[in-house]
Amino acid sequence: MARITLDGLRHSYMPEPQGEEDYALKRMDLEWKDGGAYALLGPSGCGKSTLLNIISGLLHPSEGRVLFNDRDVTEEPPDRRNIAQVFQFPVIYDTMTVYDNLAFPLRNRGVPAIQVDARVTEIAEMLEMGDRLRTRAAGLGPDDKQKISMGRGLVRDDVNVIMFDEPLTVIDPAQKWKLRSKLKELHQKIAVTMIYVTHDQTEALTFADQVVVMQEGQVVQIGTPVDLFECPRHTFVGHFIGSPGMNILPCAVEGQRVAFQGVTVPTAGVPDVPSGAAAEIGVRPEFVSLSTEGGIPAIVRKAADIGRHTVVEAMAGDVPVSAVLDGTAPEAGSEVRLRFDPTHTRVYADGWLATRETGA
Amino acid sequence: MKTQNQRAWFFVLPVLILVAFNALVPLMTVVNYSVQETFGDNLFFWHGLGWFEDVLRSERFHAALGRQILFTATILIIEVPLGVAIALTMPRKGFWVPVCLVLMSLPLLIPWNVVGAMWNIFTLPDIGLLGYFLNTVLGIDYNMTQSPVAAWVTVIVMDVWHWTSLVVLLAYAGLISIPEAYYQAAKIDAASNWAIFRYIQLPKMKRVLTIAILLRFMDSFNIYTEPFVLTGGGPGNSTTFLSIDLVKVALGQFDLGPAAAMSLIYFAFTLLVSWLFYTIMTKDEQ
Repeated sequence: MARITLDGLRHSYMPEPQGEEDYALKRMDLEWKDGGAYALLGPSGCGKSTLLNIISGLLHPSEGRVLFNDRDVTEEPPDRRNIAQVFQFPVIYDTMTVYDNLAFPLRNRGVPAIQVDARVTEIAEMLEMGDRLRTRAAGLGPDDKQKISMGRGLVRDDVNVIMFDEPLTVIDPAQKWKLRSKLKELHQKIAVTMIYVTHDQTEALTFADQVVVMQEGQVVQIGTPVDLFECPRHTFVGHFIGSPGMNILPCAVEGQRVAFQGVTVPTAGVPDVPSGAAAEIGVRPEFVSLSTEGGIPAIVRKAADIGRHTVVEAMAGDVPVSAVLDGTAPEAGSEVRLRFDPTHTRVYADGWLATRETGA
Repeated sequence: MKTQNQRAWFFVLPVLILVAFNALVPLMTVVNYSVQETFGDNLFFWHGLGWFEDVLRSERFHAALGRQILFTATILIIEVPLGVAIALTMPRKGFWVPVCLVLMSLPLLIPWNVVGAMWNIFTLPDIGLLGYFLNTVLGIDYNMTQSPVAAWVTVIVMDVWHWTSLVVLLAYAGLISIPEAYYQAAKIDAASNWAIFRYIQLPKMKRVLTIAILLRFMDSFNIYTEPFVLTGGGPGNSTTFLSIDLVKVALGQFDLGPAAAMSLIYFAFTLLVSWLFYTIMTKDEQ
């Protein structure tokens, strides 16, 4: 188990990076608590796998240090770091049985056979594979293979961190859910630090205590799933998390007055927009409601019933605004007035949150 | 339920016709010769399985078969591990990949009789580069036209030079198809280089190596041109392999019956070994 500290980390795949855009991973300082369940969330190509490979030691960072419990491991190879990694495609040793697969990392480290046996049996029980220890691993389905690669990480009781690189990509949907809850259960049982890389928000939000959202090589926000939902620090987070994503609406800011389509919109906190920055209002569709008076005039373009809720898309002038409503939705073409819940309406400047919280 | 569609036969027909004319019909003439005796004038008499008995009892055939098995076993033992070893050291990406691939393919592109002629001249004691060097500079008495050992060494070295590349290319193809994640997982699992080879690379190369061994077995077991041009089967009969002996019987002595029986036995042997090998290698894939 370990606390992981990333100190001034930066990485470029080019031998001589020129500008900031040459870096796949922008400079970052981060700390991962011991025993935490983290998710690294971001679109493809945002640098999350790069970050993962730097922590596991498969990649050497261009700059900065990686520390496990204050011990600098930047120069250490993966096998010395005592980590485990589960890859996108299940990696198993085809010619071995399930048992030998699980025993492999221990045997390579010279663990005595009795201990190996005890540990492998224990982990196999945990993974519900105890009855298949003697079968050849090659014949198993992708979900079982993925469980084995997970198991190879779990057998070492001194493992610092287990990393998952989009481990459910090749698993079919029904198994995905089972495997995910298995993972959660395992984490509660053995409390080892886990980092889970994914581009799927459901996976990230259900697995993790803390979600690290990345975009273009940069960490844009770290927080609990609730934080990310209720108070996105960046419009990217607002848009990327939630379905439909947050409404990002261009607005005018004069002093402390925020106006959208000429209508004054009350916001949470005081707007603090530097001059020259592009100001936008961010409000989640869940916090948009319809009213008959006041608010912003709009015309309903379409309404979709998604079961318990209705998603309404309305045009306020030429800007589309989504709202998630309970009950019956207005018909397309009807005129409505939109109201934003002030405690969940925030102002963003050039993408970043720009309201100072007051009172709290 | 599978739907029955007899139309499929129609698509197989062209292949059947082709195979009939280039394999089946010639083979059947051989079968025909093998059970008959002739004294010329195109007159044939039924001889039953007599020729087969003769061939199977003939010491000459036993000796040729023995030499053939020894030759094939030797080159397989050298070429397969050597080929895998070379493939392992070849770069996986970058500028040197095409260079290596082209260098490796070169021996395979040379016509077989040219290979024989090249090595013949190369090893001549008076003017050949290798022969002259061994005899004059190193003082080793090397003359493959006189010494059976020298002839054997030369034939084997020539085959290794000519055909190891095939094993290299196939093994390399198997190696580069292994996803990077396997190596990364092995690193994390603290696997030694030997363990990586034993549990990742070798299993992943199994299919291509099966094909490589099969091809090398069949080709070397049927080898004719190169040793014929190089040594002509000599000195004495020391490098007279099965095919060289067969040609001597069939075209030298014009003993059609024994030659036909011999080629059928030869063919059956090659087929049997290939089938056994392939069945054993693919047994646990079902």
